[in-house]
Amino acid sequence: MKSDPILSLKNLSKRFGTIKANENISLDLYRGEILALLGENGAGKTTLMNMLFGHYMPDAGKIEVTNASGEFINLALGNPKASIAAGIGMVHQHFTLAENLDAIDNILLGSEPLNQLRRRRKIAENKIISLMQESGLVTPLDIAVGQLTVGERQRIEILKALYRNVRILILDEPTAVLTPQEADSLFKNIKGMTSHGLSVIFISHKLREVLAYSNRITVLRQGKNVGEISTSDANEKKIAELMVGSETTLPRRQPASTGKPILKLEGVSALGRGLRDSLKNVNLTVMRGEILGIAGVSGNGQAALAAVLSGMTIPEMGTMTLNDEKLGNLDPAKMVSKGIGRIPEDRHRDGIIGSMSVAENMIIEGLSDPTFQTNGFLKREHIAAHARNLSDEYDIRGPGISAPAQLLSGGNIQKLILARVFHNKPKIILANQPTRGLDMGAAADVARRLIDARSRGSGIILISEDLDEILRLADRILVMHDGKLTETQTRDRATLGLLMAGQAA
Amino acid sequence: MLEILQILISDSFWAASLRIATPLIFGVLGALLCEKSGILNLGIEGIFVAGAMVGWMSVWLGAGLWGGVLAAAIAGSILGLLHGILTVPLGLSQHVSGLAITLFASSLSYFSYRTALPTVSSPPRITPFQPLDIPILSDLPFLGPVLFQQTSLTFFALFCVILIWYVLEKTALGVAIKAVGDNPNSVDAQGLSVYGLRIGAVMAGSALMALGGAFLTMSAFDAFFFGMVNGRGWICIALVIFASWRPGKALFGAILFGAFDALQVRLQTEVGAFVPSQVFLAAPYILSIFALVIAARSADYPRALLKPWFKGQR
Amino acid sequence: MIRIEARETLSIYWKLGLPVMSALLALLLASLPLNLAGAPILESYKQMVIGVLGSKFAISEMLTRATPLIFTGLAATLAFRAKLWNIGAEGQLYLGAMAAVSVGTGVFDISGLILVPLIIFCGCAIGAAGMVLPATLKIRYGADEVVTTLLLNFIIIIFLQYMLEGPLKDPMGLGWPQSSPILDQGMLPPLMDRMRIHFGFIIAIFCAAVAHFMLIRSIWGLKLKAVGENMSAAKHAGIPVNQSLITVAAISGALAGLAGVSEVAGLKGYLTADLSPGFGYTGIVVAMLAGLSPLGVVISALFIASVFVGADSMSRAMGVSSYLADLVVATALLCVLIGGFVSRYKIVRIAKNGGKN
Repeated sequence: MKSDPILSLKNLSKRFGTIKANENISLDLYRGEILALLGENGAGKTTLMNMLFGHYMPDAGKIEVTNASGEFINLALGNPKASIAAGIGMVHQHFTLAENLDAIDNILLGSEPLNQLRRRRKIAENKIISLMQESGLVTPLDIAVGQLTVGERQRIEILKALYRNVRILILDEPTAVLTPQEADSLFKNIKGMTSHGLSVIFISHKLREVLAYSNRITVLRQGKNVGEISTSDANEKKIAELMVGSETTLPRRQPASTGKPILKLEGVSALGRGLRDSLKNVNLTVMRGEILGIAGVSGNGQAALAAVLSGMTIPEMGTMTLNDEKLGNLDPAKMVSKGIGRIPEDRHRDGIIGSMSVAENMIIEGLSDPTFQTNGFLKREHIAAHARNLSDEYDIRGPGISAPAQLLSGGNIQKLILARVFHNKPKIILANQPTRGLDMGAAADVARRLIDARSRGSGIILISEDLDEILRLADRILVMHDGKLTETQTRDRATLGLLMAGQAA
Repeated sequence: MLEILQILISDSFWAASLRIATPLIFGVLGALLCEKSGILNLGIEGIFVAGAMVGWMSVWLGAGLWGGVLAAAIAGSILGLLHGILTVPLGLSQHVSGLAITLFASSLSYFSYRTALPTVSSPPRITPFQPLDIPILSDLPFLGPVLFQQTSLTFFALFCVILIWYVLEKTALGVAIKAVGDNPNSVDAQGLSVYGLRIGAVMAGSALMALGGAFLTMSAFDAFFFGMVNGRGWICIALVIFASWRPGKALFGAILFGAFDALQVRLQTEVGAFVPSQVFLAAPYILSIFALVIAARSADYPRALLKPWFKGQR
Repeated sequence: MIRIEARETLSIYWKLGLPVMSALLALLLASLPLNLAGAPILESYKQMVIGVLGSKFAISEMLTRATPLIFTGLAATLAFRAKLWNIGAEGQLYLGAMAAVSVGTGVFDISGLILVPLIIFCGCAIGAAGMVLPATLKIRYGADEVVTTLLLNFIIIIFLQYMLEGPLKDPMGLGWPQSSPILDQGMLPPLMDRMRIHFGFIIAIFCAAVAHFMLIRSIWGLKLKAVGENMSAAKHAGIPVNQSLITVAAISGALAGLAGVSEVAGLKGYLTADLSPGFGYTGIVVAMLAGLSPLGVVISALFIASVFVGADSMSRAMGVSSYLADLVVATALLCVLIGGFVSRYKIVRIAKNGGKN
């Protein structure tokens, strides 16, 4: 199988402002192989693939690809049309589908010339049906995409590429939204396609799946290509070291005894974005000094649960009890004052007000605190001193406490939010996907602080789509599927995977 | 009660309704096209004024009626281009940009008109579009006066409804427009230009809006005067929401409003002693607010409306 | 190679310079329509300047014209900061004027010390109601407040016509649709002899100072900023978003109502349907040109009042349509919009090897 590469990235570089996202990266792809592009969050993997697909224009370097006639040509850069014509297709991490249209329209989008007067939907539909049969990727064709599951939408994304006769398929973090079994099934289909000549690059930051699904692994670290290794020669330790550059282990919890229950949810039902995302009659108990892990694929009610616990949504039914005190209809301010700290899933949308300063963001949950205001007027010096103290304690790096918070990196924004939450010494902490998008160092820091809070007696609800993170940190595990919670004692990934898919073990 | 029924079955009432509805039809279609692609165009009120002035002035200067229509459409699309540039690649606030264009287009139109034609005691007039006289069809009972004796500009408005519906539902361009108004990334990932689609939609929509204004000075009336648009643009914005961004429903809404307006003129003579005329004058605006309140949280809301999108930001 | 990149923060020079440059550019661009009208350009500009600065009367006229613009500019500024698009200042102005005239033309024949504050209070209250309604419709039903406030403007003006021909009509007015005059003791005192400038100007400046102070130094101002910049995060942090919106709506409407009170009880003395030549809409331009800063609103209002007064005077002298003033103001808004974009980016030189100059 070893022949000339069908794709060659040569010396690609890309800068954003002062950040060097990609520095002088070269890599080759061979026909019929599955190449894993491994690196922690922020390493530059998506940037590199975006340049291959034409979303970004490289600052330097070139790309050579084998075209339909078999010649090795220079790819026109920064031009998605050219990349698509050269047989390159990309399934983005955040799907690029129009939810108001059905699968056929989404697949056809862009493939028909805009000036034509009539559409050829029937012919296209037939071609799509045969593609579905060949590839094993089946999905309803005539329902608006907005009503489809995440797995179905991902299959439409891949069908989009197949319809355009893709020869090189890029998958960006394809398993982030899948259960373990769905991930296996997806790659089984992909292996079937590679045996027919498709070549695949998939981006991942998860060591386990990179070892399970790829033929070869290229590792990126801080924007540079730091090594390539054939999967058969690789092991977790080797590639982890390449990925992070040193020995790191992510913190794990040590078993500890837990105390009495602090928070109880009984029979709680709440509306979510759709039927599947709504909470149905959920029961949950959090003890003192424990981390309660909520595992599951996003879109199964996690957002509704977080909204209820944050005070953003009032449940339709059910009761919440905090330390034996029944909580009535609460709003976010009351949740904070009752001692519930919230680390939101979407930092930029719910966590910080980007254009306001770091110092202002630090006090934004405690505006009635007499330390920061008298009679409704701000005490600027106290606010600044408070911000400086917290910045030191939590090692928040950035352009200073008066600078807009949106200038901070993702990891530092998370530190700001943690500082704000922990400062109030909360009894309960809701941590919703707290390490998503963070590099390993920042993720380790967050994990460490959660474990510390646990040893100080807080009860922590950890919602995470990263099953390994749940297994590392949680004392008890609940699995969320279709708005319902199931408690389980098992720590076996396969069993948990079945529960996440709604299948009883 | 009986008088109202008599009015409702009279053909002159429905003929008036369709005539009054025509500028609204153009306006709603134009706003619908802009918003389907994700852009709110609050320049509509000013574009109506510009279309009214440019269309009328072109005819006054000898261009012929359809020449005036073309000129108005061009003026509208130039204003649409300005709004498109401000809101799409520059990503400025669609609210403020639209309002700025309304102020700019209105004041430019009034200034140009006043400079070209200094104040006289009665405003100069042109020969407007005449009601059609089609053999056989215009003589049909009821349908004759209601539909086939309208001016050709009204027919053109009805044609535009069908055209816009066809483009959105039956062509690849329509798919692209609907997609860019829901998720611009979907269009970008397939190699199409988000900027091009949106600016194009806004320009075409603005051309339609300008025709709404042109109808006022070239068909409904025959002169241009200050304050003639009188909030029709804003009513169209409310109507688009009421119509759930669908051309057929938009036509229905426009005719409904036209009917209310036609009714109030006739009702004034009947009940004018008991109900102040101002109630009838205010009715279209009050109804529009009701329409907005009822229809606001519609499922057909273009998801990407009012959200700026920038190339290369992921 | 040259590249365009976003600036990280906006320096104070840009923040101040931008509105000034936009204003100047708009004035310069006025030479184009002047040319179109066949007027000699330099002479026209000279007439404009004379019309504003040429005499004590001219200056007092300019300040008088600026007074309602400060009020409506503040109304727009505060609402826009919360991303609440109050385009209804025109209607709220008339609501305030109607309230003033309902209360101040003889229903209460009391001392001015009580009557004046009463008139002001009623004007503010009714004006506030005029914005609280659309804000409530937005919060409860999601009805876009741009459209509802715009439509309300028309409804209010039609209502005004009804009132002026009916309940508010001056029985001694020779049949014209106008209100009775405000009682003498209810009028805002004039500031200078034989000049039209009145106490409303002082109230306006005072309101601007209070608004500035509250926005910068108070918790309320911080909450308003949070709600306007990121409503979702503000809600998550426990800030009562709906309450903040209703409060700012009330204040915004009250300020616009004050504009109406000021024009009726300070300047004209009675109410007619043409009290406002678009002060409400112009207030939006005042606010945008001021970069949504209360102190900036004062300066911006003075500038725009100068444009209108100067253009009026020039128009009479040179025979150019006075719509030129509206055109200049609209152009200034476009310039400030585009300028706001330009100021967010800077040009960066990249050397061949990737290093930055």
